Amino acid sequence: MSKLFEYQGKKLLAEGGFKIPRSIIIKSVNDADTAFKEIGTGVLKAQVFTTGRAALGLVKFPESLEELKIFIKDMLKQRINGYKIESLLYEEKLSIKQEFFAGITLASGKSAPTLVFSSKGGSGIEDIVSKYPDSVFYLDINPDQIPLAFELIPLLKETGISGKALNLLSSSLIYLIKTAVKNEAKSLEINPLVLTDNGKIIAADCHITVDDYAVFRHPEFDIEIARELGHPPTELEKIAWTVEKDDYRGTFYFIQLEDSFDCGEGVLGFHGAGGGGSMMSMDALQKFGYRVANFCDTSGNPPASKIYRAAKIILSQKNIDGYFGSGSGVASQEQFYSARGIVKALREINPVLPVVFRLGGNGEEKAIKILENYTSDLNCTVRCYGKDTSVTECAGEMDRLINEEKLAKRSIRSIKMNRNPISDYSFKTVTNGTVGFNYALCINCNSKICISECQSGILEEKNSVPVLNITKEEAAKGRCTECLACEVECLALGNGGGRIDLPVTGLEEEDIL
Amino acid sequence: MSILLEKNKKVLIQGITGREGRARTKLMLDIGTKVVAGVTPGQGGVEVLGVPVYDTVTEAVIINGSIDVTVVFVPAPLVKNAVIEAFASGIKLAVIVPDRVPVYDVMAISRAAEKYGAWFTGPNTLGIMSPGIGILGMIGGNAASVRKWFKSGPVGITSRSGGLTTSTAYYLNKAGIGQSTIVHVGGDSLIGLPHPEIVKLFQEDEDTKLIVLLGEIGGSQEEEVAELLASGKVTKPIVAYVGGRGAKEGTQFSHAGAIIEGNRGTYQGKVDSLRAAGAVVVDDISEIAGEVKKILDKLRIPYVR
Repeated sequence: MSKLFEYQGKKLLAEGGFKIPRSIIIKSVNDADTAFKEIGTGVLKAQVFTTGRAALGLVKFPESLEELKIFIKDMLKQRINGYKIESLLYEEKLSIKQEFFAGITLASGKSAPTLVFSSKGGSGIEDIVSKYPDSVFYLDINPDQIPLAFELIPLLKETGISGKALNLLSSSLIYLIKTAVKNEAKSLEINPLVLTDNGKIIAADCHITVDDYAVFRHPEFDIEIARELGHPPTELEKIAWTVEKDDYRGTFYFIQLEDSFDCGEGVLGFHGAGGGGSMMSMDALQKFGYRVANFCDTSGNPPASKIYRAAKIILSQKNIDGYFGSGSGVASQEQFYSARGIVKALREINPVLPVVFRLGGNGEEKAIKILENYTSDLNCTVRCYGKDTSVTECAGEMDRLINEEKLAKRSIRSIKMNRNPISDYSFKTVTNGTVGFNYALCINCNSKICISECQSGILEEKNSVPVLNITKEEAAKGRCTECLACEVECLALGNGGGRIDLPVTGLEEEDIL
Repeated sequence: MSILLEKNKKVLIQGITGREGRARTKLMLDIGTKVVAGVTPGQGGVEVLGVPVYDTVTEAVIINGSIDVTVVFVPAPLVKNAVIEAFASGIKLAVIVPDRVPVYDVMAISRAAEKYGAWFTGPNTLGIMSPGIGILGMIGGNAASVRKWFKSGPVGITSRSGGLTTSTAYYLNKAGIGQSTIVHVGGDSLIGLPHPEIVKLFQEDEDTKLIVLLGEIGGSQEEEVAELLASGKVTKPIVAYVGGRGAKEGTQFSHAGAIIEGNRGTYQGKVDSLRAAGAVVVDDISEIAGEVKKILDKLRIPYVR
């Protein structure tokens, strides 16, 4: 769930007709002079995703320009929950007569947003509401038929509102509803909503959470990664998001959970499939005393290329003691595509660590064969299991291998990489990859495994070498599904003439070549 | 009998010409689901795996007679339009497979469903399977596996996790126990037929003798099932598992959300309310088959049909 800053939220409210305080956004101390000239002595608020800012010293009331500058410098130095404070809001001070609470929320399972209003607002709103239930009303909203102001008046009266405030509040709440619906807010809260001494209803604060799935319709939100991470995105998370954003096939979640750890601490690279199966797998690792460096979920039938990119990203985390993957155990998707993606990543990186995967489900026999046999010359010990081996047994095997690895005095082997130049024939893929063939090798290949294993059947043999049986444009539009057979199967069972290069934007080039 | 998917229901595939639509149509045809038509606007006139493709749902209905179910594979931003089109053409059940459908779109689908007297499962669902009858969606992946892995029997499964849906059914079958219907209700916070609705359908279905409930932290679906059980509206035995025990506490709910939801949604809250209502709750998914067996034995219900 993506959150918006207070100033962004207030801007949306103002666009919807709501009254907000006069304000200026401050990004550096250089903005102080203009701000003080326009607003006078006001209130300075750090723009951060946290509640209880006042207690953290992030809401200040400067008495002079000099004081304003001091507060600005002080706030812009700070980090809150890992996020650097990058902007501040400087607003006019409001003379408050009365405080209320107003919000829109999507309660779980309800097919309509709910308007919540309390005639008592301010901090500790949950307690206020349970103590004074009569001060609250709830109203389910049909976004196609937003109520009119008069419909809210009886509800407001029941919460104890009377007089002129009835009129002001009822129309303000309509603006609130419209703003929430227009921006597809999962939650929009104003606390406090204030009635000023001169009789205006103004939003003194504003918290908006928008629907991640709808962010694509709202470029104006300026959201970098439409996902709840709980911390500012790391470099690796940004790289992973680019992979996900540029490839709609299947889902790839990647969140780093540990950022600094040493070898031997028992922190593993984790590669799950499916939310429920991933949770179950992480629980199993936890039972053996391991932590995961990251959460990763590749599911919903992603292509082999996406699995490959995910594996590269997971394995680029320094100091992991192992690479563990498992889903629920019985996947509907064909597991050998996943196996190929993992093999390609392992062959390119050739890491020194144990690898345990549980690739249960369709095509698991083939998946196990690919993952174990095609990596037997690598530095890593690789074990792969199917649906009849429990995730706990797999976690146990990982534990055993890590302990073995500690005892082993391993000499690092370098391996033959399939890095023949693509000289003779190549075409692009849908994610800016390149498939290429070295015909000098292909011509002597009896297997032509690239053709028989090609998922979409787009290769055929001509003059004893593979060529496309569709146009290169069609291949680049997605007919080439990046199943990786032309490289991974070719290396194991063919003559090593096929190759697919799949850039992972942002990962160091030396890792790839 | 079974729920939601019975013999001879006529099925439409929306988005049949896409990568997923094509692959899953093959699965459904191979397993015997009666797929009569597909729709992809702009591609009317072609055939996919022998299934005729139309530009609109209305055309598909005019030519093939009324259609019972649509299985939707169109990209997430187009789902709302596709499903409402299907409801407006008289289709009463939609299985919405895609992930990442905007929640305001799901709410609009929900209002349309109410208007047209229709139902939907998902979004973000693997679908529905009634072993021996057919599949709506993609459970099982390919027909050969499905025939090998799943048998018809007395257990109804309702699950919030796609992966656990299939694996739990598989492990039950390995223990010799078949299923009436398997439903992945969908992974999103707002879905068409959540656990309590599916459980009510299982209660009415005479072939379902026991219900396996695979829950997760968050939301209130499991608590609502507990209420159905406690109030006597559901009397069939329930074996439940709740995922996410180890997940970090402290998900940031909004104030307004917290005011409405109270303590619903926690692992312990769900487990406690289910147990208090008489459900058997297991700690580990691998214990499900054993608990199911115990109950079936006690009630002298055969494992398969």
